[in-house]
Amino acid sequence: MKQAEFERQHTSLWQSYEATLDGDAATASALPGLYRNVCAHLSLAKQRRYSPELIGRLNDLASRGYFVLYGASHRHQRLWLRFFAVDFPRTIAKNRRYVLGAVLLFVLPGLAMGLSAYFTEDVIYSMFHPSEVRHFEAMYDPANARVGRERDAGDDWMMFAHYVYNNIGIAFRTFATGLLFGLGSAFFLVYNGLAMGGVAGHLTRAGYGVTFYPFVIGHGALELTAIALSGAAGLRLGAALLMPGKLSRLNALRGAAGESAIIIYGASAMLLVAAAVEAFWSSRSALPDGLRLGVGTILWLLVLFYLCSGRKRGT
Amino acid sequence: MPGALDTLHRVVTPENIDLQAEAAGPLSRCLAYLVDLALRTGVMIVLGLLTLPLGQVGGGLLLLAWFLLDWFYPVMFEVLARGQTPGKRMLGLRVVNSDLSPVGWNVSLIRNLLRTVDFLPMGNLLALLSMCMSERFQRLGDLAAGTLVIYVPQVPRGVPLPGVPTMAPPLPLSPDEAQAIINFTRRSHQLSGERQRELAAVLEPARPARASDPVAYWQGVGLGLMGES
Repeated sequence: MKQAEFERQHTSLWQSYEATLDGDAATASALPGLYRNVCAHLSLAKQRRYSPELIGRLNDLASRGYFVLYGASHRHQRLWLRFFAVDFPRTIAKNRRYVLGAVLLFVLPGLAMGLSAYFTEDVIYSMFHPSEVRHFEAMYDPANARVGRERDAGDDWMMFAHYVYNNIGIAFRTFATGLLFGLGSAFFLVYNGLAMGGVAGHLTRAGYGVTFYPFVIGHGALELTAIALSGAAGLRLGAALLMPGKLSRLNALRGAAGESAIIIYGASAMLLVAAAVEAFWSSRSALPDGLRLGVGTILWLLVLFYLCSGRKRGT
Repeated sequence: MPGALDTLHRVVTPENIDLQAEAAGPLSRCLAYLVDLALRTGVMIVLGLLTLPLGQVGGGLLLLAWFLLDWFYPVMFEVLARGQTPGKRMLGLRVVNSDLSPVGWNVSLIRNLLRTVDFLPMGNLLALLSMCMSERFQRLGDLAAGTLVIYVPQVPRGVPLPGVPTMAPPLPLSPDEAQAIINFTRRSHQLSGERQRELAAVLEPARPARASDPVAYWQGVGLGLMGES
């Protein structure tokens, strides 16, 4: 069949197909049939070597139908309740080796640095500039009326935004640099562990623990775990590159990326809540320390229980 | 086949046809990035002026806006605007999965979070290296997420055909020969008269004596093969 004749025969079908693609609801149920027709026309046009313009047009029509028919449906992406109840804990359970590794990379340097800062005066200065040390000493000095930062309600908002920007940014970077064979994630985990351990040890040594721990315990439950989790997601990426198993490195990386995305969603949500807790709850130094310590402990237990809940379902 | 050399990306669908798309290279992607960067900067300046009177709360809102724009600007557009940020739309680019289907949240999040690594050590150097070394100009984020950036196909316009009378072929033609003559006819508006006469001379032995103008004759045969009347 010659091209002009071919076009004359099928133009009306292509037009109704295009109208359906553009959202003509009346013919929506006809789309799969029309799509198969267009696919057949594309094969015919190629085989009969019709003009590049016609083949290009049919290729475009078929691609758009393919997008509509095989693209991910947005309807199935709103299952956030299922995500937090099932997917997130289960993915953590499935990747518990990486989670454990990240926790160790985070906690061991933190403990070591904390203990040495507690027992010796000057080890903190190997990590921080003296002006920084004076700054966080002043923040948690029990002699100050309001611990944390001096501020009013407007400042709370400012600090909330600051925590979101800063902490989630750290989590994202800790995750992403895992692509460098896990080295970036490991570096950020160790570095943050050292910094936080150092500050805690130094403040405890200075006798500021009575103000420091009630302040950090609440949001720490969510923040520290989320940082460790994003590190675990990064280690997962790095491990896929280093130990791809029976897959090619590229395919191993793609499999790892899907799972780490789930961990990153969860960790970001935790950090968002942590920022709110830190800005609006932890800073309430007027509340009794016992209350804040108690609530903080309950938060820790809840978070740990939740994060471990994926194991029961068996993976 | 030119497939090994050019940047066409082919995907075989369940209907057993292969769809084609052209992978976009570093230059147009860089331009799209710069357009997006300018746009984001503009939005931040406007927001900064708007939130200036709000004091600390305004500062907080601005910081939140910056956080969202910094990390989620590409994700929102890629998922909700069919794979196109404004910069990509301007340059005619689109992000798709490697099977040409539209990207979802997970995939877009991965490819955009990993920008952090693509940016290393400075100025997207790793991204450029990765694009030059991968088959479909994929940066590291693309490789991990299994995506690529393609040119949005421009639906081609018809070409002007020569106004000559239609002719029947002088002898049975193989599909390749017919295709060559059709292409000769279709490209007549791009070739100089000199070149057209030169090409028509190649077919001289097959031309019947009654056709006086070889160029017009072969163009007519081409029209006939295409089925134009």
